[in-house]
Amino acid sequence: MSGAMRIAGKGRLVPARRVGFTFDGQAMQALCGDTLASALLANGVHLTGRSFKYHRPRGILSAGPEEPNALLDVSRGGNTHTPNVRAPVQEVFDGLVARSQNRWPSLTFDLGAINNFLSPLFPAGFYYKTFMWPKAAWTRFYEPVIRAAAGLGVAPKEPDPDRYANRYIHCDVLVIGAGLAGLLAAQAAAEAGADVILCDEQPAVGGALWHEIDTRIDGEEGFEWAQATAQALSGRDNVRVLTRTTAFSYQAQNMVALVERVSEHVAAPARDQPRERLWQVRAKQVIVATGAIERPMVFSGNDRPGVLLASAARTYLNHFGVAVGANVGVYTANDSAYAAAFDLADAGINILAIIDFRDEVNEGLRELAAQRGIDVLCGHCVTGTAGSLRISGMRARPRSGGPERKWKIDALITSSGWTPSVHLYSQSRGKVVWDAATQRFLPGPPVQDMVTIGACNGTDEAAALADEAMAAGKAAARLARAAHDGASSDTPSQSRPDLTVQTSRAGALLGAGSREVLKGGKAFVDFQNDVTAKDIELAVREGMRSIEHIKRFTTTGMATDQGKTSNLHGLAIAAEMLDRPIPEVGLTTFRHPYTPVSFGALVNHGRGPLFDPTRRTAMHLAHEQQGAEFEDVGQWKRPWYYPQAGEDMAAAVNRECRTVREVAGLFDASTLGKIEVVGPDAAKFLDLVYTNGWDKLSPGRCKYGIMLREDGFIFDDGVVGRIANDRFHVTTTTGGAPRVLHHMEDYLQTEYPDLRVWLTSTTDQWAVIAVQGPKARDIIAPFVEGIDISAEAMPHMSVREGQVCGVAARLFRVSFTGETGFEVNVPADYGKSVWDMLWTRARALGACCYGTETMHVLRAEKGYIIVGQDTDGTVTPGDAGLGWAVAKKKTDFVGIRGLKRPDLVADGRKQLVGLHSRDGRTVLEEGAQIVADPHQSVPMTMIGHVTSAYWSENCGGPIALALVENGRQRIGETLYVPMAEEVLAVEVTETVFFDRAGERING
Amino acid sequence: MLLIACPYCGEERPELEFRHAGEAHVARPDPIAEIDDAAFEAFFFLRDNPKGLIWERWRHVHGCGRFFNAVRDTVSDRFITTYKAGEVRREVVRDDEGGYQLKGEER
Repeated sequence: MSGAMRIAGKGRLVPARRVGFTFDGQAMQALCGDTLASALLANGVHLTGRSFKYHRPRGILSAGPEEPNALLDVSRGGNTHTPNVRAPVQEVFDGLVARSQNRWPSLTFDLGAINNFLSPLFPAGFYYKTFMWPKAAWTRFYEPVIRAAAGLGVAPKEPDPDRYANRYIHCDVLVIGAGLAGLLAAQAAAEAGADVILCDEQPAVGGALWHEIDTRIDGEEGFEWAQATAQALSGRDNVRVLTRTTAFSYQAQNMVALVERVSEHVAAPARDQPRERLWQVRAKQVIVATGAIERPMVFSGNDRPGVLLASAARTYLNHFGVAVGANVGVYTANDSAYAAAFDLADAGINILAIIDFRDEVNEGLRELAAQRGIDVLCGHCVTGTAGSLRISGMRARPRSGGPERKWKIDALITSSGWTPSVHLYSQSRGKVVWDAATQRFLPGPPVQDMVTIGACNGTDEAAALADEAMAAGKAAARLARAAHDGASSDTPSQSRPDLTVQTSRAGALLGAGSREVLKGGKAFVDFQNDVTAKDIELAVREGMRSIEHIKRFTTTGMATDQGKTSNLHGLAIAAEMLDRPIPEVGLTTFRHPYTPVSFGALVNHGRGPLFDPTRRTAMHLAHEQQGAEFEDVGQWKRPWYYPQAGEDMAAAVNRECRTVREVAGLFDASTLGKIEVVGPDAAKFLDLVYTNGWDKLSPGRCKYGIMLREDGFIFDDGVVGRIANDRFHVTTTTGGAPRVLHHMEDYLQTEYPDLRVWLTSTTDQWAVIAVQGPKARDIIAPFVEGIDISAEAMPHMSVREGQVCGVAARLFRVSFTGETGFEVNVPADYGKSVWDMLWTRARALGACCYGTETMHVLRAEKGYIIVGQDTDGTVTPGDAGLGWAVAKKKTDFVGIRGLKRPDLVADGRKQLVGLHSRDGRTVLEEGAQIVADPHQSVPMTMIGHVTSAYWSENCGGPIALALVENGRQRIGETLYVPMAEEVLAVEVTETVFFDRAGERING
Repeated sequence: MLLIACPYCGEERPELEFRHAGEAHVARPDPIAEIDDAAFEAFFFLRDNPKGLIWERWRHVHGCGRFFNAVRDTVSDRFITTYKAGEVRREVVRDDEGGYQLKGEER
């Protein structure tokens, strides 16, 4: 046998198909098809872990995804592992390694269990009250200690080695849940010609039919009928059946996210098998048939290992052939526990008593119990249990009072009724409605194109459920097709299958029923977060009135199971304490995801190199060959510096800076944003989006332009060349290209739609090689055809079209270094070969390649700003010392009114200035704050900050740019930069550090 | 993820193709240079933040590139209608069943 508790001849698993797994190092046998929970139970193991807060021994409660207790760490034996895996969800495969969590040194002897005896010291909310003082001790002492003691599994430290897949899919009808209702609905929709997806979180369809063996459909046992029906549906072209697939998120416009566990149950997944697959389904119609979840009873000691949901015990018996115990007690307020008791009794398990909280139970059930010799004690309550690592006894007495009776048991199955799974309906933004008659929340009207059916809709009676499901399937198909074709056609109606259902789910109890029964022990409401009925009472006593507050104070329902088995009990206890009806106390929101979803499934392919697209320029390979270090600028990889043998970054940058000014340098400027602005009204349009005027710019000339937002702050800058009367070549900052184009399109399309202008992004079309330095002209001269590049014929700020290296080029005479400079624009496909040719000559002349770091230093030496570094969205052209670039005579441009705002014209604005470190050697830290008086008390009055700071090899010292209050009036003053180690004195200077006369640029 | 009907492309496309572009029907004053501070404040800073219907601009940035107007319910995120830039504001009313009706259009 695969486990002592396996009953021969029971269940649907094949006895010969065995697999081996380990639990806390102990080798165990299971059958193929077992879940970790059923396999452990088959081996007589109930104790699976220690609880979150009190470290109480806990066991398996359920047989489904609602499991709060049995969370295990699962691995395939390698380095990686998955914590907090729900034992009833994980299927066992050969070689599976399971470990219990939150115990030390071992599961059976856990030192943390002292918390259980200290529990009076930390009731709900104790963190808020106890650890208030001293403040610093919270982060240094209390929190680390509490975090180490509490908690569940341990997150893996290694990167996830698994692969995850992702699919988008559209369908007519998505049916969620493949129980009786879901299967019938899917069948009806498929018959009517709809494209159907049917998904179910279990490894096989059937839902409640897994345990309800007394349901017969068309003469077959329900479970068998379900498998055959799903088989037939899978065979159709218009149906996709997905098992092991959880619909976890219902979003707007019928977008539903599913996660399919593709290889979680496979011993040796094939190389091409992803671990999980995320399905993002857009359905025209959604049918939610998610069923209901059984609730446990609330009583003292209801959390001991061996206390299970009645339906779970029935599933373990009827599907897995496993007995949850040999001597079993039953505590219920619901009829369905009787069916469980009878199944167990019929399998030869000793049922000691059925304790029914209700005063009466229907005569038929009494009769069936009597036939099996089972005691039924109505109007009784369980007052306590015994046992430490496993339940060993229970006590019960009449609710009205009276003598207590005791039973020796090794398992106790309970049911307080069924909670409709309205999670997905609620996620779809529907509002649930309280049904007082049946004591449950049910879905209200749909707010999306969806419908709820079956047990999650509160439809209990089998024939009604079948009719509802088939009608829903047919209607959904009709509505979906109407959305397609604009027409609806009638389809032949199906006949309802012949149904016999014996299990009744009548009866419900919310909360403990009476506070009287809870004396003398912990009665748990939320098992995973260790919240007891008393904690909820305490929350109410402390003044919490809304369930939202009670939830946060006690943390009930806030664990990873989101209170699937506990929310309604918590609510009912609070309502009783507050003496208000349940709907007035309110129901908390059901959040996405329905069950925990791995980050891997959500992140999917989007990690590592695929996290974000990488953009490389046409010359990238050349930079690699020259040994460049790269820097990420937005999505671009840009050469940062080109170290030579033995050089560190500082040495390389200093050499590059010197070489450019002494000889020349080549720089890849391809990442600059480029927009072609074309049309008869192009100049007029640029007049509107730039602060300066463009009408008078002659073709062949360039101009530096500043773009503002309407509020008057600098948005972007760049050089614009006029190629022809109706054609401009606009450049933007590297990071700004998309937003500048968006901004321009916005004004063109919505404010000035009558202008005849067309905008085209050409960033990727042009490769740009900046050649800067005294020998720049020498370098390019042999390669240029059709352009006179002499200083006279082509002065600074001009643009010509011609050929470079035999390739059609736009040649700009521009400079971001203050040196004589050209920017060679060639079609991107030729970028690498043109670069190679220019570099061969440049190297022969003693020039270098330089990267972004040198570019930054050289431009700072000249006081040229970088938008986004020296400006931050609160800087005007005037603040940046660029007031000259704002046309005085224009009557309109974007930002013209913003610039007149009172704050923007007031005194005391921060202005861009240079800073000179008084010690002549310390490079300031970018972002460092600046103060006028270093001796003032803390917090000091900060009057500005450093925006750019570098070592300047060409100036022989550190240089910096800063935004400082009234900066231009302070030139010559000494200010201070307080740092952690010392206070640095700085002198305020002009922004230009090198070649103040600006003669080199015209060489 | 939302589905948005681009009035230029004439079909519903996933939200990923679009970019939100602020409130719709905020006219840029002309001549803007002359307006007083209060008018500038109203134009530039003040925006509606209603629970319910909102008129806003979207751009089919990864599609046709056009800006257009949309009426959306901020509670359900449902798009009631979309229409081209420059068209007059579409009036929408809630009907008794909690649905929406475009004014001037009978069901």
